[in-house]
Amino acid sequence: MQDSSRRGFMGKAFGAVAAVGALGSLVAMKSSWDPLPSVKEAGFTTLDMSIYEEGVMVTEKWRGKPIFVLKKSASTMEKEKGNAAAEARNIKVGDSNFMVAIGLCTHLGCIPAFRADSNDFKCACHGGEFTASGLVQKVPPPRGFDIPPFKIEGNKLVLGEVGPEFKKMKDTGITL
Amino acid sequence: MAHFTKATSVKDWLNQRLAVDKVEKVMASEYWIPKNINFLWAMGMVLLITFSLLLCSGIFLLMYYVPTVEGAFYSVNYTIMREVGFGWLWRHIHGVAASVVFLIMYIHMFTGIYYGSYKKGREMIWLSGMLLFIAFSTEAFSGYMLPWGQMSYWAGMVITNLFAGGSLHADGLVEWIRGDYVPAQAFLGRFFMLHVVLVPVAILGLIGLHFAALRIPHVNNQDGEEIDFEAESKKYLAGDKAGSKVMRFANDFLSKDMMVVGIYLLFFFYLVFYNYGFAMDPVNFDPADGLKTPAHIYPEWYFLWSYEILRPFPIDTGLVLFGLAQGIFVALPFLDRSPNAVPASRRGLFKIWFWAMLCNMILLTSMGKLPPEGIFSQIGLVSAILFVVLWVLLPIITTFEKKL
Ligand code: HEM
Ligand code: FES
Repeated sequence: MQDSSRRGFMGKAFGAVAAVGALGSLVAMKSSWDPLPSVKEAGFTTLDMSIYEEGVMVTEKWRGKPIFVLKKSASTMEKEKGNAAAEARNIKVGDSNFMVAIGLCTHLGCIPAFRADSNDFKCACHGGEFTASGLVQKVPPPRGFDIPPFKIEGNKLVLGEVGPEFKKMKDTGITL
Repeated sequence: MAHFTKATSVKDWLNQRLAVDKVEKVMASEYWIPKNINFLWAMGMVLLITFSLLLCSGIFLLMYYVPTVEGAFYSVNYTIMREVGFGWLWRHIHGVAASVVFLIMYIHMFTGIYYGSYKKGREMIWLSGMLLFIAFSTEAFSGYMLPWGQMSYWAGMVITNLFAGGSLHADGLVEWIRGDYVPAQAFLGRFFMLHVVLVPVAILGLIGLHFAALRIPHVNNQDGEEIDFEAESKKYLAGDKAGSKVMRFANDFLSKDMMVVGIYLLFFFYLVFYNYGFAMDPVNFDPADGLKTPAHIYPEWYFLWSYEILRPFPIDTGLVLFGLAQGIFVALPFLDRSPNAVPASRRGLFKIWFWAMLCNMILLTSMGKLPPEGIFSQIGLVSAILFVVLWVLLPIITTFEKKL
């Protein structure tokens, strides 16, 4: 009896030590898969917004992801009028209006292609479509393009930093 | 202490220390197989051989493959394919085997479904088999990342994005899996590890489990007959080989098995030498470029059916159905409510269910390869819905199945 209860105690004591060890190793293993600090620090890109031409879609790069920059023409702005969802996503730098967005389909992350003649985007992977303002035109994408964190500094746009304009978009649920 | 005597032969020496005779009996000459089976029962052996081919060719690829985003593409497409003597052979064997192994697995699975070999004590065989299927899927996907071509990169992007869970937006989880914002070095490194160590080790263990699960219930037979293996093997050992319903695994059944394996290998090496193209996607011969999506992203043929279930729906519904499609076959022994473990041809409505499921999966597979436009989207959608409906129907029709 005494013997078996002593074994029982040893079993429990071992169990407790093993549980602490297992928990500790899980924490270590989880952290080993986290993005490295060097990866996180390389996360800023500055764009000079004065070089873009109207109606010409340019793809920039930020954190390894494509960033769509489209300077909107007067006719696009005209079309957006009254469409609150489109207007709320507009990014104004100086006198120019831009659509700036992460160029990955919000469905599963392919890069939609810009179609200059119809002034919209089409995703080849599962057939999703987006307007020139970045809103969904055809499912399966669940929402418009995501907008990267940005800060307007004069003629420049710093991607990766959160400025007041971006904060407002985020708080109102315009982007994630 | 055990008592050892001076050995009379090498065999006796080994017998005293490792009981080799006994092991041979248990594993081979007195492991009993029903006589009433056909070539479909050789698929397990074909799978085992194909896995060995993957292992051997993989080991040779591994000697020159470089798991870095700068070096991977070059090491596969230049070093292995052009410089290493017969490097192309290992690569073609590896690629063809990775594709064919799924064809054989599907045949193996549908054989099991047709003959009801997943119930009456054979549940663990089925479950361990499904775990093998999952492990092989992981192995194939992680291997597909390694050449770091356009399809590697974009398939990696799309598949890891699935883990965001649609509207759950678990982007942190996706970044954790990748170790970066996009698939990059950290991603390639960990998938390389999975492909060459962790998953192959898991596969070896699972193969052991699969075989252990076969031990007690034995394999099923063409008529679903319940055989008394104890009595039949006694008959066999007593000399009535013709009257017994069973035969030895080795060399009786093994010789039949190897006959099928031989024919299979002719077919296999025909593919390796003359028709390997299907296993090598041309798009993957462009190096990975994070700023350019290929015109169509589709997985290898063996994932197309479940991909087609994801595709026609809005993201959340699509994900739920995709998850269901991935997991539902595991539940087969529990969704089939009928106790009849006989061929589908004798099971009334289940016979229709079986052929409908098989044809529908072939249809889903062909639609998954086509661009998601027009009539193809429509057929794909109907077919995806039919897949779900069939699974809902299964417990119902099998509950009302006449007991044989
Ligand atoms: C268990 C079944 C396995 C499957 C289904 C599988 C699948 C694949 C696939 C689909 C590829 C990409 C093929 C290509 O583009 O050429 C690949 C590549 C590779 N595999 Fe495997 N593999 C398996 C086992 C192994 C094993 C056991 C090893 C070594 C220990 C290995 C080592 C490699 C290497 C180094 C590559 C990159 C070279 C290349 O792409 O040709 N594989 N594997
Ligand atoms: S990734 Fe764009 S539609 Fe699916």
